[in-house]
Amino acid sequence: MTFPLTREAFAIRHLRLADRINRGLKHVPAWPIYPLAAAPIVWLFWQGVQGRLGVDPTKVIEHRSGLWGLWLLIAVLAVTPLARFTGVRLIRYRRALGVTAFFYILTHLLVWLLLDVQIPAQIAADIVKRPYITIGMAAFVLMLPLALTSNNWSIRRMGGAGWRRLHKLTYFVVPLGAVHFVMVLKGWQMEPLRYLAVVLVLLALRRVPRHIRWRRA
Amino acid sequence: MAGRWKNDLKWSDVTPKPLWQNRRQILTGVGAAAFAGLAGPGRALAELAASPSAFSTDAAPNTLEEITTYNNYYEFGTGKDDPSRNAGKMDTDGWEVRIDGLVDRPGTWTMDDILKDTALEDRIYRLRCVEAWSMIVPWVGFELSDLLAKVGVQSGAKYVAFETALLPDVMPGVHARVLDWPYVEGLRLDEAMNPLTILAVGLYDQPIPNQNGAPIRLVVPWKYGFKSIKSIVRITLTADQPPTSWNQAAANEYGFYANVNPEVSHPRWSQATERRIGSGLFAKRQPTEMFNGYGAEVAGLYSGMDLARNF
Repeated sequence: MTFPLTREAFAIRHLRLADRINRGLKHVPAWPIYPLAAAPIVWLFWQGVQGRLGVDPTKVIEHRSGLWGLWLLIAVLAVTPLARFTGVRLIRYRRALGVTAFFYILTHLLVWLLLDVQIPAQIAADIVKRPYITIGMAAFVLMLPLALTSNNWSIRRMGGAGWRRLHKLTYFVVPLGAVHFVMVLKGWQMEPLRYLAVVLVLLALRRVPRHIRWRRA
Repeated sequence: MAGRWKNDLKWSDVTPKPLWQNRRQILTGVGAAAFAGLAGPGRALAELAASPSAFSTDAAPNTLEEITTYNNYYEFGTGKDDPSRNAGKMDTDGWEVRIDGLVDRPGTWTMDDILKDTALEDRIYRLRCVEAWSMIVPWVGFELSDLLAKVGVQSGAKYVAFETALLPDVMPGVHARVLDWPYVEGLRLDEAMNPLTILAVGLYDQPIPNQNGAPIRLVVPWKYGFKSIKSIVRITLTADQPPTSWNQAAANEYGFYANVNPEVSHPRWSQATERRIGSGLFAKRQPTEMFNGYGAEVAGLYSGMDLARNF
């Protein structure tokens, strides 16, 4: 015989699950994220060289590296709300996710520069004249200091408060990236709008008042 | 001199490359041709016996695979490979084109009506997309002016408007309001009468595949690809400039004329250069030519016009 769980009982059971996840992850290190994240990019280029990415491999690599970079940025942005609202703590992996996101976006940018547009004068004109490229470049430039300071030495040097203040730039980088995706496509298309909505929700969750929490203190 | 001619040809060189690359496509092609022969719906569907044309480029065409898997046909989805995956459900048997407006003989035309006494030609054209990529496509078709002569254009007509089929049951893309469906396009009458302007019904030597605009589509090779409207169900002769879909969606980006012009930059893409599809991951961009290289035939249509304003 089963009874509907009370809200408290549900919360406790739920938190037990979160605890189990946290305990399970205790001995899972973050470093394998780096080689694991490199693999899809290497595989993508390998397939492109082999002619297995369809008739326009340049665009496929350009689009996928950008999309995967956005996924990773969304994952970075999800870490804090996930901890606050479910108790699942993935903070230990956030640096690896963020640095990996940076390398995906760097790949995206380099493919655009070297394989797609190719011509320096045209690249410069594109950055200045085309708003979606201006926005994408702005997001990338804002990511640079974050990638460069994603190490313990920088945190010590800058002090925790200063470092955290700098890394709030993420709150601009990710929505700019999502807006870039919305603008890249012709017309108003659903897929990038969905990503933008997810990003805005993840940012909005940070504004939920502190006293609303569903987690043991 | 017998025995003097030598070569290193193999049997695989005999069949046109795009065909032997995809055996399944040959089989469906044979099936379709056989079926068309039995049902006898029209000469053009049974065999595309087309004569060569002086308007063809001598550049090597893209493969059938490239031309049929890399398409912008938003009714079937916005991804380049969406049309090849989704367009198969469109049934083009019994296709009809309504021809109306300022014509002497308005009415509904079957494909048989349209193709009766019409000489098909191979037209190997450069295709330049506004997205700054390009292809070489071996179309089979006939000059639009042939059809316009049959219907009789009245003296007040200044423009030709076209409309694509709107088939929500088989077109997953039209459920999203990316564009205001149905897709519409238009040409000035003199552009429509230019001998380069064709209605295509074939690709290589087979009926045009659905994702490329079956069973009948416009091809205007000196304009960006979006002008070359697909799967036409209506042609209307008008006195006033007709609305065009991309212009309505973003007038600052897409003009009515949409002539290929490397000097007029688009808000999204520089138009100075293009990427030739099928040339591989590390291929160099190539310069885009004014009117896509068809200036000798069409530049006169626009003498005295400011093409930066009339983009």
